[in-house]
Amino acid sequence: MQIWRAILAHPTGRIGAAIIGLYILLALLGAVGLTPHDPLQQFRIDRLKPPSGTYWMGTDLFGRDTASRLMVGIGQSFIIAFASVGLAALAGSIIGLLAGWWGGVADGVLMRIMDVLLSFPAILLALLIIAIVGPGTFTSVAAIAIVYTPIFARVVRGPTLSLKRREFVDAARTFGSSQRYILSHHLLLNLVAPLTVQVTLALAWALLTEAGLSFLGLGTQPPAPSLGLMMSEARNLMQQAPWLLAFPGLTIMLGILGFNLFGDALRDILDPRSQERSS
Amino acid sequence: MSYLARRLLTFPLILLGVSLLVFFSIRLIPGDAITAMLGTEAGLLTPAQRQALAAYFGIDQPVVVQYGRWLTGLLRGDLGVSVTYGRPVLDVILERFPLTLELALLSMLIALAVGVPAGVLAATRKEKASDVGIRVLAMLGQSTPNFVVGLLIIYILSVYFGFIPAMGAFTSLWVDPFANLGQLIFPAITLGFAFAASVTRISRSAMLDVLSDDYIRTARSKGAPGRSVIWHHALPNALIPVVTLSGVEFGYLLGGAVIVEQIFALPGLGRLTLDAIAQRDYALVQGSVLFIAFNFLIVNLLVDLAYAALDPRIRLGAR
Repeated sequence: MQIWRAILAHPTGRIGAAIIGLYILLALLGAVGLTPHDPLQQFRIDRLKPPSGTYWMGTDLFGRDTASRLMVGIGQSFIIAFASVGLAALAGSIIGLLAGWWGGVADGVLMRIMDVLLSFPAILLALLIIAIVGPGTFTSVAAIAIVYTPIFARVVRGPTLSLKRREFVDAARTFGSSQRYILSHHLLLNLVAPLTVQVTLALAWALLTEAGLSFLGLGTQPPAPSLGLMMSEARNLMQQAPWLLAFPGLTIMLGILGFNLFGDALRDILDPRSQERSS
Repeated sequence: MSYLARRLLTFPLILLGVSLLVFFSIRLIPGDAITAMLGTEAGLLTPAQRQALAAYFGIDQPVVVQYGRWLTGLLRGDLGVSVTYGRPVLDVILERFPLTLELALLSMLIALAVGVPAGVLAATRKEKASDVGIRVLAMLGQSTPNFVVGLLIIYILSVYFGFIPAMGAFTSLWVDPFANLGQLIFPAITLGFAFAASVTRISRSAMLDVLSDDYIRTARSKGAPGRSVIWHHALPNALIPVVTLSGVEFGYLLGGAVIVEQIFALPGLGRLTLDAIAQRDYALVQGSVLFIAFNFLIVNLLVDLAYAALDPRIRLGAR
């Protein structure tokens, strides 16, 4: 819990934690149905109403409540971001650990495969995967996970290479620890710090990518609310109903900002070298 | 083996990997090219006509044979024929590439022109109001998706200035430079926004690193004026990470900016690829993705070389 105290003492970490906390609360409320209105219900006589006491953030072309849709949309974005980054971190760590541990040809082959994946622009790789499987929540998760796996593989492989030559690893081997035990207990535990930082920053990128995919109509499918899709639907209405653009835009931006601030703070705390630089 | 030689050797290997991945993954997409091309009219084709079309586009052979043919064609600079455009893939790509290249260059120019001075300013005024302000802006810039920036720009232009950026047909720089710039400047600002934010952050932290070095203290104690120390002694060394970051970002931008091209209705490489995937235009998807990956890898190689040139301490072999 020391780490939490450090984050809350960090000026930007505090702001980041507050934003993420607020978003998770809103998403949970949205998930259990505690929204101001039903996010899917169309109040036909109240179409394109500006923000008011009844509709805090106005209504869209179909008379649906923007605030309620945003709450559910945040949940949707968070589920995709957390699931995809979790998968990417898991797959990337395993690949990076094994590549670093085995070395030689296996290392070369694994990392060249990662290089191949990295030489595609992220959104294009995701598009290709979506074209194969068809759009939807699970596809978005898989596509974003594949896009970010190589980054985790790289983050883990470097330190693994230097850690495996350290004395405590030799000692563990001498005592007869199995390879799996050494990898999971000695190496992985030493990689928790860089991995945590990377996971937080990757969550910010995953939110960006998810918003981009749903903006292109390739993520969450309507009528389910999603932040990117709401922006895309608001494009042609920006003159009559600017609030339809403003609120989802701000929501996406603030959410990503939260993870960026939190990740930066974590890096300052866990990597003393970077702290000297930025404070 | 030196680092450079190893890089040059793995280069074709990675390209081969990209070609395999694209070639086989696009064939996993449900639906066939001929139906995608002709729509409902495909139903009117006799089996013989369908067979003839498939043979014309070379998609009647087993997949492995198709791959072999495509690969040997590649070596001759022949990327095949696009089903949608009925023209050689390379021609279609090269037609779209100038726009993408110009947009990427313009965005990088904006990012460097804004980001480097902002980063240097923030580093020299560490913890003062201007530093905090710049850091907040940079953080916001990094957190804003480019479609939010793009739509905001369009909104401001149309509502407050009654101006709608010219969309549709692209005017080449050589035909009408002003019309060309008018078309590209706003998309470039959109892309340059987040890019400038990253440049600012990395310039600031690199500058702080360098400013604490001994040789800067020496220069100062010898009485070199403050401004000269910053711009002549510190900046060249602080630029090394900036070059790396800009190179990687530029490499990605050369792959086309799908979303920004979509918002501003620009016919760039990103939308070409997006449409080609939707159309099941196998040859075009393969060609454009390979082209994009090739550019990205070349830019990265050049960045590594520039890295060595900027920092004489780095001997490529020693890394």
